[in-house]
Formats: sequence, C-alpha cells, structure tokens
Amino acid sequence: MNVVVCVKQIPDPADPGALNPDHTLKRDGKLILDESDTYGVEMALQLVDKAGEGEVTLVSMAPNEEVSGLRQALAMGAAKAILVSDDTLAGAGALDSAKVLAAAIGKAEGYDLVLAGTESSDGYTGTVPEQVAALLDLPSITFAKEVDISDSTVKVRRQTEAGYDQCESPLPAVVSVTAGVVEPRYPSFKGIMAAKSKPLDTLTVSDLGVDGDVVGWAGAGQEIVDVSPAPEREAGEVIEDDGEGHAKIVEFLDGLKVL
Amino acid sequence: MALSKIWVHCEVTEDEIASITLEILAKARTLSDQVEAFVGGPADAVAETLGAHGATKVHATGDLQGGMQGVHVAAALAAAIEGGDAPDLIMFGSTYDGRDIAARLSVKLDKPVITNNNDVEEDGDSIVVSEPVFGGTEIVKTKFAAGAPALAAFRPKSFEAEESGGGAAEVAELAVPDVGAAGAAKILDRHIEETSGPKLDEAAVVVSGGRGLGEAGKFDMIEDLAKLLKGAPGASRAIVDAGWVPYSYQVGQTGKVVKPTVYIAAGISGATQHMVGMKGSKNIVAINKDPEAPIFGVADLGIVGDVHKVLPKLIEALQAR
Ligand SMILES: Cc1cc2nc3c(=O)[nH]c(=O)nc-3n(C[C@H](O)[C@H](O)[C@H](O)COP(=O)(O)OP(=O)(O)OC[C@H]3O[C@@H](n4cnc5c(N)ncnc54)[C@H](O)[C@@H]3O)c2cc1C
Ligand SMILES: Nc1ncnc2c1ncn2[C@@H]1O[C@H](COP(=O)(O)O)[C@@H](O)[C@H]1O
Repeated sequence: MNVVVCVKQIPDPADPGALNPDHTLKRDGKLILDESDTYGVEMALQLVDKAGEGEVTLVSMAPNEEVSGLRQALAMGAAKAILVSDDTLAGAGALDSAKVLAAAIGKAEGYDLVLAGTESSDGYTGTVPEQVAALLDLPSITFAKEVDISDSTVKVRRQTEAGYDQCESPLPAVVSVTAGVVEPRYPSFKGIMAAKSKPLDTLTVSDLGVDGDVVGWAGAGQEIVDVSPAPEREAGEVIEDDGEGHAKIVEFLDGLKVL
Repeated sequence: MALSKIWVHCEVTEDEIASITLEILAKARTLSDQVEAFVGGPADAVAETLGAHGATKVHATGDLQGGMQGVHVAAALAAAIEGGDAPDLIMFGSTYDGRDIAARLSVKLDKPVITNNNDVEEDGDSIVVSEPVFGGTEIVKTKFAAGAPALAAFRPKSFEAEESGGGAAEVAELAVPDVGAAGAAKILDRHIEETSGPKLDEAAVVVSGGRGLGEAGKFDMIEDLAKLLKGAPGASRAIVDAGWVPYSYQVGQTGKVVKPTVYIAAGISGATQHMVGMKGSKNIVAINKDPEAPIFGVADLGIVGDVHKVLPKLIEALQAR
C-alpha cells in the first residue's frame, strides 16, 4: 500500500497575509506545513500501517526550495518527499499547480492512492485535488470524512450538503480529506531526528518535463486587474456585563422586531 | 456588449434546487439574455423552477447511476463545447459538486477556474470576477485571459435570488461520453441527516457557539436560545473539529455563509475564517469575555462577559416573555 500525499507549505496563517506588488501572495518568510494537510499525512500513515506494508511519499510545490513543512511531515512518519521549486512557477494558479503536482506524482512510481486536503489554508481554491485526478485520469472522491481500504477498493464517506454519501472506488484513486477526519500526531523527538536524513528530492519544472511556458504567469490564463480594501463594517456599542448584559440583548432584539 | 450566452450549474439535493443556483441565475440574467442551466441528473424535477428563475433551457445528463458528478458532467460539458455550443461564461456555486465539475472541466478545456468569487462584471470585452481574500478584508479582481468559456465559482449569498416569471425551461439532453477508468468511483448510498427548525443558511436568526462554551454539553444553551428565537444554531470550526456538533453547523470559510437579520456569536473569537461566513449579517451580537476579541470589531452590540452567566439569564428572560 503506497500512498502519495500532496502537502502545501504556506506562510504562517497567524501572520497577516499580504500581497506582493505583482499581486502574488507574499511567501518570502519561512513556510510551514499547512495544517489542512496534516490530516492527509496522518490518514496516509494510518492506511499504510493498517495494510502492514508500503510507504508514504510526500509531494509539494513551493518557492525558494522551502523544505521545513516537508521535514515536519517526514517527522510525522512519511518515508520520502519530492519538492518542486522553480522561479518560473511564480504566479501559478490552481491548474498550474495541479499540472506540476501531477507530473511530480508521476515520479513516485507504484502508488495506490493519492491523498490531498479538500482546501488549502492560504489559497483555498478547493480545486487542486480534482484537477490532479483529471490530469492523472484517475477516479476521485472529494470531501472525505472517513476513509477505509480493503481489497484494492477505497471506501469513503463523502460530505454532502444534506449529510454524507457512502462512496467507493477501485485503486489507484485520488481522495481529498476534510479537516478533522483523523487526529494528526505530533512528531516525536525520534521522528524529528530521523526526518533529517530521509530522502528529499528537489526538482525543477524542466526536470519534470513540464513546459515552463504553460505554468506560472506565462500560462495562468488570468490576470489580476485590481486589489482594493473591502468596505469595512463599523463596530457598534461594546459594554461590560454587570449582570444585566442579557437585558441589553433583549432590548436590542426587541428593537429589531425579531422577538 | 452583453454576454451572448451563460451556463449555470444547477445543484440539486433531494429533488430540490439549491438556493445558490437560483442566486447565480439572478446574476446571470443581468449579464446575458441567454441563460441556460445544466444538471448532472434528470431534468423533470427542476425544469419548472429553473425556468421561473430565468433559464430558458436546461441541459440534463439524466441519471448518472451513482457515478460522481465531477468527472461525468465535466466530460459532457467539454463534449458539448467541442461540438460548438460554447457559452462565454460558466457559473458554478462553491459547493462540493460545483467545484468538482469546475475543476475537471478546467483540465479538459485547459483553462483556469477561479473560485470563491462574490461578484462578476463585464469590462469591455472581458469578464472580471471579484474574490474577497484575507478573510474578506481585501477584494481581488481577476480578468479571464484564456478565451471563452470563462469558468468561475461563486460563494453562497453573493447575489439575491429573484424570479423572472419565465415558463418551464426547455429540456435538452447533455450526452455523457465514456470516461473510462476515471469514472469508476461510485456513490452507493446517500445518507440524509435529519434536521429540525429553519435551515442554517436561510434562518432569520442564527445563534452560534464557539470554544468559549467550554464543553460539548454547553451547546444546549445555543440550541435552546436558537429555538426561542425561531432561529438556527451554528458553530465555529473549533467545536466542529472537536466533535461537539456536526459539520453542517459550521459557519465560515469552509462552512456555511449566513446573512440573517441577527447573528449572535457566543464564545467565538472572530477569526477571519469565521467572519467571512457571517460578516454580511444585518445585525451582529457578540458575547465574549475578552474585550480584545476581534468579533467585537464587527458587532453592533458587544457584551464583554461570561457566556455561562449571560446566556442562562438571556434564555430565562426570553422564556418569561
Ligand atoms: C483553512 C482554514 C479554514 C477555516 N475555516 C473556518 C470556518 O469555516 N469557520 C470557522 O469558524 N473557523 C474556521 N477556521 C478556524 C479559525 O481560524 C478559528 O480557529 C476558529 O474559528 C476558532 O473558533 P472559536 O472562535 O470557537 O475558538 P477560539 O478562537 O479559541 O475562541 C474562543 C473564544 O471564546 C472566548 N471565551 C472563552 N471562555 C469564555 C467564556 N466563559 N465566556 C465568553 N467567552 C469566552 C475567548 O475569549 C475566545 O475569544 C479555519 C481555519 C483555517 C486555517
Ligand atoms: N503547492 C502545493 N503543493 C502541494 N500540494 C498542494 C499545493 N497546492 C494545493 N495542494 C493540495 O491540494 C489541496 C487543496 O488545495 P487548494 O486547491 O489550493 O485549496 C491541498 O490541501 C493540498 O493537498
């Protein structure tokens, strides 16, 4: 059972986001493992563990040969990682990212399952996993709340508007998992030490055989024309509860005629 | 110059058209005289409502026999477009199936799809979409530069649904080509979670609880208050991830977008990802013990206090009325 997990390395969400003058997202500080992808990593480790054989390979696309997020996921227990880092990828949209990831996944031979998060914390387009599936021409199930594998079949509870759908697919397949699907483990000290010597391949776009003219700014097929502050909502009255705070709320609701 | 044709994805749950589809249809009508819908399923249950909301035609795949929407509907759309029936713009809701179809189609057509938009306009010969970023503090406008059709997905509640008074939409077959092994994933069974009271994204009053409630059992206070106000209970992701309430309660970036008359946030800090889901509410009341909590920055009435003191008294006061 070999599982590839797409993990994104992102600026710390605790820092306020900012755009570069060319409208790309600022990513020059240290990048960390997207929390949304810790669920995919944990799920992959559990599935491999249950199967009793195989390994977890990480795939990531990030600027500046950033590896700290990958080391974090390797410390959780993944066996190896492939990083694609290339200046031509500045301005890459979701489809470009998917093309690069699909090509990188192609380098990880003999996989049974590709896992991803349903949406990243910084881009949250929510389209990359399904685009990767389309590029690899694989079946896919998105928004997985539960994942189980038996007899070369992946069984998934897929989140829906009204509840969930019980789905299944033969392997290989692409599955995107929601936050909270499993409890991601914290890397142990031993894991952190071991991660330092695990194989980590850094590739460029040309190593992958992807045409640099069709990804990044060159191929995005979209152009940012304006960035401006959204109209702000005014704050109203803030009062300290002196034991009568509830009465203030009743009065407010009364004024709105919702009682 | 108006757009010559727009296609709108029709999202259906249990024979009912999702409100986001009707919202998008209303916007589409302001951009083009020829608005058509497409659905990954049969058209019988939806043609009338779609027509009443301005779609003149509905392209329907018929029953997908448990096949996933994304791969099948995208293949069908791509075939129709290749056959010469290309619209200028295809509009999707940011829903589970909407995003899957848009993503698969973007690969088929090798064109970008822009998601999470809350507006779209024509600018000369181009289509420009607006996407709120950084928790809705900034708006990014993006122009499509890859030729027709432009693919865009919109957040719920971006537009207001409005009937146009049209008759039932004409039904056209949307043929699904063979998708090979990529179509092997199947839905075996649908599970509908029973809910009572108004729907979270349609209720006039929403009462949401967060981690400040302290423990799962205290969510009862939120349920009680919501019931007294004939509203719907909601939640922050923190307590959804903790398993206190189901995901369907979640308000925010990865949950529901709500715009009720009144939104009451109890023990919720006001993270940007939560606020994108509720900032459009007409009135906001916040209860939080931390006077610095960001939620107070958007509240019309803020109570700095302990939810365990304020909520029981509030419930009691409302029961007494
Ligand atoms: C990609 C991504 C997507 C996300 N999507 C969503 C989303 O859709 N929806 C969402 O909600 N979040 C989302 N989040 C999570 C978000 O960032 C916050 O972590 C979450 O909203 C916090 O929930 P909370 O306010 O309940 O908890 P906390 O931030 O822990 O806040 C608890 C609050 O309760 C107050 N409090 C504590 N005790 C009391 C008391 N006794 N009385 C009164 N107040 C008290 C505290 O002062 C504090 O302000 C997302 C995050 C990411 C990275
Ligand atoms: N640059 C990237 N590197 C690795 N994985 C990615 C990247 N971008 C997106 N993904 C994967 O796709 C998921 C959804 O991302 P998004 O479509 O950006 O919301 C993420 O949770 C990752 O698993």
